[in-house]
Amino acid sequence: MNDPLLSVQHLTKQFGPDAPPVVNDVSFDVGTTESPEIFAILGPSGCGKTTTLRCVAGFERATEGTVVMQGRTLTGPGVHVPPEQRGVGIVFQNYALFPHLTVLENVRFGLQDGTEAAQTARAREALDMVGLDRLEDRRPQHLSGGQQQRVALARTLAPEPDLILLDEPFSNLDALLRQETRQEVRRLLKDKGIHAVLVTHDQEEALSFADRLAVMRGGQIDQVGPPENVYYRPRTLFVAQFLGRTNLLLSQAAGREADTPLGRVRLDRDADGTVLVSLRPEHLTLSAPETADGPTGTIVGRAFKGHDITYRVSCEGSEYLVHTDNRVLYEAGDTVALRPLEPAVVLESQSTPAEMPSGATPEPSA
Amino acid sequence: MRRRWYVTVPVMIVLMGVLVPLGYLLVRALEADPQTLWDLVVRGRNLRLLGNTVGLAVGVLVGTTLIAFPLAWLTTRTDLRGRKVLTLLGVLPLAVPGYVMAYVLLATTGPYGTLAQTIGAVLPRLNGYDGALIALSLGTYPYLFLNLRTALLGVDPALEESAQALGYSRWRVFVRVVLPQLRPGYLAGSLLVGLHVLGDFGVVSLMRFETFSYALYLQYTASYDRIYAACLALMLLALTGAVLLLEARLLKGLLLHRTGSGTTRRSVPHRLGAWRWAGYAFGGGVALASVGLPVGTVGYWMADRVAAGLPWASLGASLWASVSASAPAAALAALLATPIAYLGVRHHSGWTQGIERIAYLGYATPPLAFALALIVFTLGAVPFAYQTLALLVTAYALHFMAEAIGPIRSALYQAPPNLEEAARSLGRSPLGAFASTTFPLMRRGLLVSVAFVFLSAMKELPITFLLAPVGFQTLALRTWSYAEEAMFGEAAPYALTIMFFSACFVGLLLAREQTAASAPTPAGTSAE
Repeated sequence: MNDPLLSVQHLTKQFGPDAPPVVNDVSFDVGTTESPEIFAILGPSGCGKTTTLRCVAGFERATEGTVVMQGRTLTGPGVHVPPEQRGVGIVFQNYALFPHLTVLENVRFGLQDGTEAAQTARAREALDMVGLDRLEDRRPQHLSGGQQQRVALARTLAPEPDLILLDEPFSNLDALLRQETRQEVRRLLKDKGIHAVLVTHDQEEALSFADRLAVMRGGQIDQVGPPENVYYRPRTLFVAQFLGRTNLLLSQAAGREADTPLGRVRLDRDADGTVLVSLRPEHLTLSAPETADGPTGTIVGRAFKGHDITYRVSCEGSEYLVHTDNRVLYEAGDTVALRPLEPAVVLESQSTPAEMPSGATPEPSA
Repeated sequence: MRRRWYVTVPVMIVLMGVLVPLGYLLVRALEADPQTLWDLVVRGRNLRLLGNTVGLAVGVLVGTTLIAFPLAWLTTRTDLRGRKVLTLLGVLPLAVPGYVMAYVLLATTGPYGTLAQTIGAVLPRLNGYDGALIALSLGTYPYLFLNLRTALLGVDPALEESAQALGYSRWRVFVRVVLPQLRPGYLAGSLLVGLHVLGDFGVVSLMRFETFSYALYLQYTASYDRIYAACLALMLLALTGAVLLLEARLLKGLLLHRTGSGTTRRSVPHRLGAWRWAGYAFGGGVALASVGLPVGTVGYWMADRVAAGLPWASLGASLWASVSASAPAAALAALLATPIAYLGVRHHSGWTQGIERIAYLGYATPPLAFALALIVFTLGAVPFAYQTLALLVTAYALHFMAEAIGPIRSALYQAPPNLEEAARSLGRSPLGAFASTTFPLMRRGLLVSVAFVFLSAMKELPITFLLAPVGFQTLALRTWSYAEEAMFGEAAPYALTIMFFSACFVGLLLAREQTAASAPTPAGTSAE
């Protein structure tokens, strides 16, 4: 009924008895039998996201924890179903196409039931699905990166797995092709009703591709939720910084309001005492100083990007970022008032360093 | 990774095959009562043997350096014409096994030598230290030449240009910037030369120069004193171990890498001007001595022999004997090397590195000592295997396996590990995934491995000498025993056949160097 398709519970992986865990007590569910879901695991390199994926695929043996798919335990105490019996497909970052086989033979590789003619027909169908039916006699090394990526996808989809794993499958494509392919693959997965788990370090990719995403750091999951939720209501400082640039404000909270370097600001939830709050640049706006009663700042930089403008505003020794639409025009040196459009998000204190200055965070790095 | 039988069994065979006989040798030697042992080890003769062995090794190292260094520089850094031909000539001596080179020198000089018979020039017959030194230097300098050449080509020209821009003359740049970077390559090449000299039996036995190997042979053939022979073998092994340790020490922290990326350019060649005649003279002289002389001499005696009628039956029998031992050895070596190379590439750890090292140890062990250890071990533990073809085949395979590991390794690097993972996720068992993805990609490497071991075993002498079944006369044994009795005409057909196989070996080596240099393919994108 509403059982998850894939359920990962308390997954832990250590590469040696004394080594620190690479994946540490990770739990998440993906999809239900009725509604297919695309789930993303987002995190910087070395956070354990790929190891998590490889534990689900069965290439790595989990040290602890369980992986259950459709009620069948794939990984558990004393249980390790080998990868070939899991019915889980995977697309690798480098595609791992077999260089000694043609495109058609690559796609047919995973079809081992039925006659050869039936297999070939199935493989052609899969190639047709990704729009590569005319290239079936080529060798993979004679295809472009985007074509190789689609062959890999067709090869994974041909045996009709219930779940496919995507290990940074778009990162070897150039920027323009990446966006296009992403949309295409998402449409394909949704059409076919296939569940997918995507692993990526690219925040934009995770936000636009997934139905839900988990942000991972240091072997643990910081937050799980729909993209908008995770972006606009980050639970921790790390999530706030990793999903995009933001403004941090060291504030004195009392109930639903707080005193911040930008004046009195509404909060998204009740809090008391010293807290760190986050305000995304697009949740701030600028106005003429005389109309506001809050503190004012000076414009120190402006980046015009066509559809919007990013201002850098200096206020009480710190710099803040403000995204506005292109009708709000100021010059460097102008004095402006800063005004929040949305309540600020209170970040969990235990994950916040004691000394965290207010101001804009740097560009997120993977 | 869980160990599976098809991985564990070959690894165990290799470990036991290399380590157990050597350990057994030690145990047997220690069985003698301490006083006897003391007397055997500490005696003037051993000191003389040590002096001779080390003296020969140092001499050959100097000799090969004097030949290889200028040759490497001429072919990489100058505008000399015909650098390609010169490079080829610098590698070709590898096609002349040491005992053939020694035979050639013996057959050229002296009152009955080729020189005396053709132009009437009677040179003193080469013998002892001088003979061994010349034969080994001419035969082994290609090891040094190839390593120095690679090192010279690998030096980033930007480094030299920076130094020049900082005000250094080209000569000072060479001394201060280029030479230090050649050290790892020089050490690697000289290690090969050194191991070759320590392991050599053919040259020293024909030149009658008493090194550990020669004494071991005398001990074995004349008065077989098992304990003294074991002691000699152990001393030779200790010397080899010392050389390996010295190399590791000298090499420590010397591995210099190019920092920064960008394409390698060739440095601007030195213009030799009138000096080019000196370059031609040097290159021509080296080629004449190391390639022209063997070919000419063997050809001369061959013509002599053809006039008298070729011993076709005996030649055919020897060829068959060589093939019947070398072919199964090559297959066995490739079979054993595959899981070892696989472990080393896919499951790199201290443990798998140790296994590979032991495989290389089997290669570095002087063949005579290795063969003796096998004899002592077989006689003690499995006497029915003594003097069987199976033992000879096993010995070849264990000794030459290191040659098989290299090509398989590079082939494995062409097949990224997640090809197998992709096959697993598409429903294949571990062995099935290997067979359908990695194996087809490493087939060529495997063939090259088989060819290398086959051709090496064809020309192998000392192991064959000790382990061959009674009456088993390979090409190498025939060549050596005729040469030993100064029957130069009789030896010629066998020597010529060996040179043919060795030339195939060199051809294969060169073809591989070429492909390795011209196709640094990114993993997984092109393997064909």
